[in-house]
Amino acid sequence: MIEARDLTKRYGEALAVDHLSFEVRPGRVTGFLGPNGAGKSTTMRLILGLDRPDSGRVTVNGRTYHDLPWPLREVGALLEARSVHPGRSAYMHLLSLAQTNDIPRSRVDEVLELVGLTSVARRRAGTFSLGMGQRLGIAAAMLGDPAVLLFDEPVNGLDPEGIRWVRMLLKSLAAEGRTVLVSSHLMSEMAVTADHVVVIGKGRLIAEQPVGELLARSSGGLVRVRTPGAEQLQAVLAREGARIEAGGDGTLEVTGLSASEIGELALSAGVALHELSPQAGTLEEAFMELTKDSVEFRVDRDGRAPVAGAPR
Amino acid sequence: MSTVSAGLPSKDFSVDRPVPPGRYGPAGLLRAEWTKLRSVRSTVWTLVVTVLAVVGIGAVATAVTAAHWNGGGPAERFGFDPTQRSLAGLFLGQIAIGVLGVLAMSAEFSSGTIRATFAAAPHRTLVLVCKTVVFGLVALVTSEVLTFAAFELGQQLLKGTTPYATLGQPGVLRAVAGAGLVLTVMGLFALGLAAIIRHTAGALATYVGLLLVLPLIIQAFPTSFQQAVLRYMPLVIAEHMATTRLGGGAFGGGSLLSPWVGFAVLCGYTLAALVVGAVLLNRRDA
Repeated sequence: MIEARDLTKRYGEALAVDHLSFEVRPGRVTGFLGPNGAGKSTTMRLILGLDRPDSGRVTVNGRTYHDLPWPLREVGALLEARSVHPGRSAYMHLLSLAQTNDIPRSRVDEVLELVGLTSVARRRAGTFSLGMGQRLGIAAAMLGDPAVLLFDEPVNGLDPEGIRWVRMLLKSLAAEGRTVLVSSHLMSEMAVTADHVVVIGKGRLIAEQPVGELLARSSGGLVRVRTPGAEQLQAVLAREGARIEAGGDGTLEVTGLSASEIGELALSAGVALHELSPQAGTLEEAFMELTKDSVEFRVDRDGRAPVAGAPR
Repeated sequence: MSTVSAGLPSKDFSVDRPVPPGRYGPAGLLRAEWTKLRSVRSTVWTLVVTVLAVVGIGAVATAVTAAHWNGGGPAERFGFDPTQRSLAGLFLGQIAIGVLGVLAMSAEFSSGTIRATFAAAPHRTLVLVCKTVVFGLVALVTSEVLTFAAFELGQQLLKGTTPYATLGQPGVLRAVAGAGLVLTVMGLFALGLAAIIRHTAGALATYVGLLLVLPLIIQAFPTSFQQAVLRYMPLVIAEHMATTRLGGGAFGGGSLLSPWVGFAVLCGYTLAALVVGAVLLNRRDA
């Protein structure tokens, strides 16, 4: 459990985090979304006590980070910027961290195995690819087998296999009852990974809700459905107020209902679904619509088509 | 790369599992700092340079002295201090150990390791203290071994043609052991500067500037001012510690601090740098 109350942080003139309050609960993956420069990394540093808030307070399991008796056994963090000496081996980096919190040496081997770095553990971290560096960061986060985990842009630099691996890891960590906060500027990534989202822009809270609700809120939320019972489902969905465009071969393009709502309606109507996919384009739109007033550096208004379905 | 184990972060994780009693503390931090110090190549290389500086320069200086002794005039023989000659590498040794002290701290900032370090142990003063203790012990052992080695080797090379010293003679043991202590404290001073300045190049420049450039600048001032100020310069204090002929030396005059008073002044500088470093570490964002 992470609780932020009225957090504010400024760097000189720039207000990085602005009276931000949110909660991150255990047992689910919470996506931390916002455009670049929205204050995600700053907020993570505030949670970890690396930066000091100008006002407000953030606690982990009811305590400020500084008061945790064994920080690494309670909170694990992958920070966006690399934090490894390039001349030190992965093994020695992890060992030095483990020693600070009296974590046994055997755990270092375990986490190296977990992230698949065992064979290169003695190599200097400076020789690692971006993806290997991310894996090393994840290993460091897992060292103390903590109940609270923070991942800042964890899929950066990973290949598709690595991205899938991180996704599975995050979900299984949450399924074990841990608190998992994952930042990303990619809405599409969060749509498949997160259960809940905290959206910020310009350091302010924009939304804090289940992923499905966020998608439904998007005025143009489009879901593609493919089913052998297209006609029957079309009738059911229409009764719920959805707008439907039927293509050939049993494909429906549905707006006005979330994917999860459509799936549940199909189940109760006894209709099998062959495909149920929220369309990535519209997910990005939902996100852009939410954050359109808080993008730090906007493209010239005339240089970019307005977001479809935007209220203004 | 094998990722088959994904999804099995721990065999027996439970959110309610008990956290061990107590809290993280100096024992673990000291071990971690020792691991960090010995696991980077720059430590090894800087130590090699320190050995070459202290023992190597001492050996060359004494060997050359021995070879030229019989051809040298009275000017060269007058005031000859075999102990000081064998410790001629102390000057460069201070720079080498200063590099080691700077790197031990500044590498944390330049690599970003400082964030991992402070996330693992948020008590920043305690982290600095443990780092200082580990570095200090390594520097102390190294420095004492080197100054005694430089002395013994130097006297062996002088022996035969030239007056030489033994540890039993007045002031010799103090000069040799004291030179090692000066090296140690200067290394710690450099570490403290790096905690304040946080950049390798900036900290090194400041260290070398205080050590070498400041005395040169002061020598451009009137003599009375020089006499009042030069005795507080680390380099002058170090040179005076490493000689058995007190009150003499390159910077001359009877205005020098006695060796141990000078050493106490060096300790004061070092403590000040470390305290300011600790205050800034706590105040600044990591």
